[in-house]
Amino acid sequence: MSKGAKVGRSKRAGAGPQAPWNPSIVVFACNWCSYAGADTAGVSRIQHQPHFRMIRVMCSGRIQPGFVLRAFERGADGVLVSGCHLGDCHYVFGNERAVEQFERTMNMVKLLGLESGRLRLEWVSAAEGARFAQVINEFTDQVRALGPSPFARLGARVAPSPEPEASALEQGATTGA
Amino acid sequence: MVELAEAAKKARTWACYDCGKCTASCPVARVGGDTTPRRHVLGTNAGGDGVLSDGTLFSCLTCGLCETRCPVQVSYTALVRTLRELAFREGVEPECPHGGALQSVMRMMARGGTQQDRLGWLGQELKTEKNKGAVFYWTGCTMYYDAFFSDLQVTTLNGSRAAVRLLNALGITPVVSPEERCCGHDLLWNGDRTSFEMLARHNVRLVAESGAELLVTSCAECLRTWRLDYTPYLEGKPPRILHISEFLAEHLGELKLRGDGSRRVTLQDPCRLGRHLGVFDPPRQVLAGVPGIELREMRHARQAALCCAGGTWSNCDRYAKRLQVERLHEARATGAELLVTTCPKCQIHLRCAMHDPRRGDEIEIAMRDLGEVVAGALA
Repeated sequence: MSKGAKVGRSKRAGAGPQAPWNPSIVVFACNWCSYAGADTAGVSRIQHQPHFRMIRVMCSGRIQPGFVLRAFERGADGVLVSGCHLGDCHYVFGNERAVEQFERTMNMVKLLGLESGRLRLEWVSAAEGARFAQVINEFTDQVRALGPSPFARLGARVAPSPEPEASALEQGATTGA
Repeated sequence: MVELAEAAKKARTWACYDCGKCTASCPVARVGGDTTPRRHVLGTNAGGDGVLSDGTLFSCLTCGLCETRCPVQVSYTALVRTLRELAFREGVEPECPHGGALQSVMRMMARGGTQQDRLGWLGQELKTEKNKGAVFYWTGCTMYYDAFFSDLQVTTLNGSRAAVRLLNALGITPVVSPEERCCGHDLLWNGDRTSFEMLARHNVRLVAESGAELLVTSCAECLRTWRLDYTPYLEGKPPRILHISEFLAEHLGELKLRGDGSRRVTLQDPCRLGRHLGVFDPPRQVLAGVPGIELREMRHARQAALCCAGGTWSNCDRYAKRLQVERLHEARATGAELLVTTCPKCQIHLRCAMHDPRRGDEIEIAMRDLGEVVAGALA
């Protein structure tokens, strides 16, 4: 996980004061449905906003609170958890587990004082390329409206960097600072 | 490595004559773990080569049992904490249980910048102040624990509610602040001093600004942190810092308590409250003062008490599980109906062990915070 969540500040530095701010979003997607759904969106050339990093996991049931909280800790402005529709899980009930873990995660996020709009759970099947694009667009706009995450703004870990995306985070991961 | 030399001096490792009592008394080693305090003490004396990269550095529970048995007063907990700080600086981190979720939460709190929603547990019947007052009730992170461990039916907030209720019953309206942050105990014991310092400075300032002369907490780890580890950050006249058991022991006579029949209970001594701070008697005095309560001590109590094996969120493995099961067997063997704890962490870890489906109800026992027991007896 430590090297997995590459949350770079997307083109914020050097974009000029007038350029719209683009959030950094982490998308967790299951191997069997949502990741394939993103692929479908891609091969179908459905345009969608590109301000997210996708982390593929075998099942949405794998996405434990620690993954999401770590992403926020490292400066993600939003986190999207996605998996197979209920009843369609490749592992039968993995996504039911995902719901339980998501609820616990959401409760922690609210306690911390982060806006609940920064975290979202969506089911996207492998065939739903258009839906994937729509969810991404909606969520990106929603997070953009919320502005930078308070933990990104203070930016201890994800310092604005002239380097291309994600480099600051990787350094943070190795020094553990 | 100058700092290692300092750590050695502070922990008195030079006094070690290799008797091996520490490793012999280590609960983790006893149930099969590779943890060996002796290796770290001797390794430090030999210059520290390989000590920081030793995989067992983070498997110590920091329960302090070895320290109480050491004939030459080597402070292994002080040593292991400094070694972890040095290791952390070199990028060695423990494999955090729960996917590191709690560490992330603590580090986000250290960073600050959000308005936490941490007072949702206060019911209308509880009287509290948000900013200023003579008594500060230090809640700790119980609301986070109950949310995070909701699948284990963890109810550490009941202890917080009971404590406020007891303070109210004594005519005190405590400050319960929405700006409180994690005390930093777990980060400090995992080697992350930078984040700990951010938390310490914030919390010390918060309590100073409240004007409190007394700080009461139900958490043994918060107590240790406030009483010992915050000392360098305290300025002016610091508040008196008491655990709820110490506070209740002082004020027991002022509370009107009634018994609801006789009840056999047993008591878990948390390592922070017991061995780290030497607070053994107050919880027992409080229990003795509640009508109808009969305390039955476990086989290992007071200085010899067994740790709940999860104090710093850095170790949860089969050895921790064995220790928890063993402890619950001890509690059951007393014939008690209720296991009383004085630290939320003990509750969480022992509760988790009880959920083992293979053991069924063999290790199950009702468990409550000391504050809940006393508040339940309020007339």
